[in-house]
Amino acid sequence: MALIECKNIHAGYGGMNILNGVNMAIESSEIGVIVGPNGAGKSTTLKAIFGLLNVSEGSIELRGDNITNLSPDKLVHKGMGFVPQEHNVFVSMTVEENLEMGAFIRRDDFNYMLERVYSFFPDLKDKRRQPAGELSGGQRQMVAMGRALMVEPSLLLLDEPTAGLSPLYMNEIFERVIAINESGVGVLMVEQNAKQALRIAHKGFVLAAGKNRFTDTGQNLLNDPEVAKSFLGG
Amino acid sequence: MNEFIFFFNSVVINGAVIGSIYAMGAIGVTLVFGILRFAHFAHADMMTLGAFLVLILTALFPAVGPAIGLPTAFVMMPVAMVATAFIAVGIDKLFYKKLRENNVKPVVMVMASVGVTLMLQGLIRFFAGTGTQSLYIDDRKAIFRIDLPFESASRNLVVTEPQLLLFLFLAFAVIALHLFLNKSRLGKAMRAMSDNPDLAKVSGINTNTVVGVTWIIAGALACAAGTLLSLDVTLKPDLSFMILLPIFAAAIVGGVGSPYGALAGGFVVGLTETLAVFNWTFVLRPLERAIPALDLPNTLAFVPTEYKITIPFFILLAILIWRPTGLFKGKII
Repeated sequence: MALIECKNIHAGYGGMNILNGVNMAIESSEIGVIVGPNGAGKSTTLKAIFGLLNVSEGSIELRGDNITNLSPDKLVHKGMGFVPQEHNVFVSMTVEENLEMGAFIRRDDFNYMLERVYSFFPDLKDKRRQPAGELSGGQRQMVAMGRALMVEPSLLLLDEPTAGLSPLYMNEIFERVIAINESGVGVLMVEQNAKQALRIAHKGFVLAAGKNRFTDTGQNLLNDPEVAKSFLGG
Repeated sequence: MNEFIFFFNSVVINGAVIGSIYAMGAIGVTLVFGILRFAHFAHADMMTLGAFLVLILTALFPAVGPAIGLPTAFVMMPVAMVATAFIAVGIDKLFYKKLRENNVKPVVMVMASVGVTLMLQGLIRFFAGTGTQSLYIDDRKAIFRIDLPFESASRNLVVTEPQLLLFLFLAFAVIALHLFLNKSRLGKAMRAMSDNPDLAKVSGINTNTVVGVTWIIAGALACAAGTLLSLDVTLKPDLSFMILLPIFAAAIVGGVGSPYGALAGGFVVGLTETLAVFNWTFVLRPLERAIPALDLPNTLAFVPTEYKITIPFFILLAILIWRPTGLFKGKII
């Protein structure tokens, strides 16, 4: 059974559909990457999965459990973590407080999880008492990912985690994504840096006009001349 | 020396008293704004309502205070604070929640709060009349005259018991609020929601709980401010509505959303207001004796007392022009 499976989902804002039948499935051992041109519905797909907008048709299943249109806080309880593309840290709060907020729903002792997040992102440990708003873009992204990891999700949704970052940070973020995935967390992410992202992807989904254009392994998509020509800039 | 004591009594103490009241009101206003993103105009009448609840309790159990040596009203205040907190949560459930769920514009919420304030004013007048009441029923206000160890000082420092209680309570409330916001799970969630409401939701923070806690704190503080103000002066139905403008000025001066800013803003507005209406003639008398040519008028103040209410207005204008985000950077707790 797939970790997350979207079956023919249609969704949008205020009656206007942006997604017109998106299908995707990944296992918990996998990294799934969604790529495609602007306006293809990449971020919208993530938001639809995370209950941030209404799915009008189709269904979303988490380990076979129908989660279509559940609210975000319920999905957090079900073991999903979501990192928005922008405004994804509490700027006035310290790094550690940001992580604590990620663990808000937990009533148990989550200190071991703080340590685990710091082991994924050693940079953050030195800055734990610093307001997240004072950090660089890459470090903020790490705080945001760490925050989402605090509930020990089985699925992590990342919306363009490398947007606006230097190539150096981009590679570091991708390395962390691989490490997180190897610790047993399924990752589904939207990426603009399509080539680099597909390189680490077990599964790739090329969306166009709110539909799957190509669905294959990351490697096959990279090697597909048609995908390369139309979506990866040659 | 006497002139200095006079100045201290009438400006520093009185300014600090009214400043503390403004600060307590402004903290409530600023917290509500930080979480719910609208200016809650009914806050002042929640203060009056709280004070009237204290009046009822004081009338029911007038002997409690003398038994422990504190004003009865002050002893009853915690009970009334709990009641006002519940009323605040109830008002939110009845009037604001539905609007919030329909994602109305903030100005609609503001208008709703104006409606609530008019309703509260009506209810208070309906049950308590329009007259002036005293919170001292079986006890009387203790006044402390503190002798100063200076030979030239024949005047005393004067401070009343409710004023001292007000300062102590404000210090207690601010420390408690500081610890709550920085150490407790819910307090941090409040800061998180004020910082970034969307991310708070995405993190699984129960925003309804945070909203409830906000109203509990705002309601309890409003009741305390109203009660301590009526202990200092007298209780009347328009008691707090008259200080709505200075309270909002204090919140904006401090930076809306910042409770520490609201505290500072309260004192800035309170002290400036008191200083502006201070009659300098008395302080300048010795100077007149030295320079006979100087003919001092009977009253020499920056602003006549009747125009006191314009002071917060001007402070507000100045802040909005030169430092629109307030002394402390606003919009976050």
